[in-house]
Amino acid sequence: MFLKRELLRRPDMLLLHCPFCGPRNEIEFAHGGPEKKRRPDSTSDIEDEMWIEYLTVSRNPIGPVAERWWHVRGCGGWFTIYRDTRTHDIIDEGPL
Amino acid sequence: MQRYSIFSLARNAFSNHQSWSKAWRSPPLKNHYDVLIIGAGGHGLSTAYYLAKNHGITNVAVLERGWLGGGNIARNTVTIRSNYMRDESIPFYVKSVELYEGLTKELNYNLMYSNRSMIDIVQTYPKLREIKRRMYHMDLYDSTYERIETDEVRRRIPPLTGGGPDSRFPIICGMVHPQAAVCRHDAVAWSFARAADNLGVEIHQNTEVIKLIREDHNGRICGVETNRGIIRANKVAVVVSGHTTSITDTIGLRLPIKSFNLTAFVSEPVKPIIDVVVNCPDIGVYLSQSDKGELVIGGAPDPGQSFRRDIKQHVFENAVCSMLELFPAFKRLKLMRQWGGTLDIAHDATPIVSKTDIPGLFVSAGWWGGFKAVPAGGFTLAHLIANNEPHPLIEPFSLGRFRGLDFVLEAGTTTAT
Repeated sequence: MFLKRELLRRPDMLLLHCPFCGPRNEIEFAHGGPEKKRRPDSTSDIEDEMWIEYLTVSRNPIGPVAERWWHVRGCGGWFTIYRDTRTHDIIDEGPL
Repeated sequence: MQRYSIFSLARNAFSNHQSWSKAWRSPPLKNHYDVLIIGAGGHGLSTAYYLAKNHGITNVAVLERGWLGGGNIARNTVTIRSNYMRDESIPFYVKSVELYEGLTKELNYNLMYSNRSMIDIVQTYPKLREIKRRMYHMDLYDSTYERIETDEVRRRIPPLTGGGPDSRFPIICGMVHPQAAVCRHDAVAWSFARAADNLGVEIHQNTEVIKLIREDHNGRICGVETNRGIIRANKVAVVVSGHTTSITDTIGLRLPIKSFNLTAFVSEPVKPIIDVVVNCPDIGVYLSQSDKGELVIGGAPDPGQSFRRDIKQHVFENAVCSMLELFPAFKRLKLMRQWGGTLDIAHDATPIVSKTDIPGLFVSAGWWGGFKAVPAGGFTLAHLIANNEPHPLIEPFSLGRFRGLDFVLEAGTTTAT
């Protein structure tokens, strides 16, 4: 849209590794929220509290989070990264 | 409390302003209080003040990890307004604006409260429909929006020269929220601290809460462990904004809150050029001019959870480029500094002011735009702590709403979504 070439080289943006397209700039992606735990099996009788926690609560650590990103201005794929909320560094090992 | 007035100013001028009494004490830390408030920010201090003033509870300590008023109360864009969307939210913010209007007098502290009004620059029809819908909701609670035509928008905001018929998003009209105001943010923290201290509340800075402690036999909260030792209390309120989950995690309480970073930045000071708060919801930027002449500009939050307080370059450039579309004259302004504040956003984007499953533990969080809510947030939390029952204004803000999946979806009132 504007300043695009300069933007691509900004060091403080995330360089996200799309499994299909490879390393691409953060502006091509949409943040998809924290990685969810496995959806509780609704056919088994789970407690209401567990279900509500699954729906509403995410980890909010000062440190590594696992989160989903959507390559919306690219191949359209979804993938998970691990990122430190203090530094935005993408790390190999996640908290899960 | 030494009253501030023109006479005290004159009197103190004779002693070269060396004999002003301290605005608040630094008393020794006791090991037991009736109520502990974690966080000496706007909400924490106003809670302490209203606890003492309205409920006569003065054996209260406010614990602060850093320095008083150094968190989000120092890291916002000072806009006070009540243009919300839901029946649950609007009366609360109307009350907050009303309390703000009387604070300078009540606390004997010049907040530099300035009723500027806010103008939303409407550039798309979906946004116009959304704001009109809010207008009708707000009308029920004496908060107003009124439509003005483009000529009038340009008359009231002289530097608004962009957004013409050939632009990307031509201006359709403006929506004015006349109740909006700005005030001096530090003074809000300092005035509540001074008034609360005067009523007997103790404020302890550099006192970091490491964890919450529960009674073994009944699970009740019984105090906190700090870097200065264990402090016991019958009731504890967590009022720490973005770090709420860090505190509640220590006791195994999981809250539906995530923390994000929202940043703002200011230009070099210039002569008075804009006397209203300008909000451009369609392109995602808002600005006002401070009393010092700086343009205070804000945009969208950084994507993803964050505890950083800097700005992402592309988020910053998006905000600046959006602003320049409407205000091309600002292109030559130098930007002086930026800051970030931690937004704690609940699952449904509505604040949480509530008891918790742990008896004696209270939480006030999820404000993300909590500056405008400081007086009413403290007023209602104090009521909740004192009576163990929520004030009617915050009944919808309880944690119980998640249990019933009875969400109060409050979004779209800022550029943050």
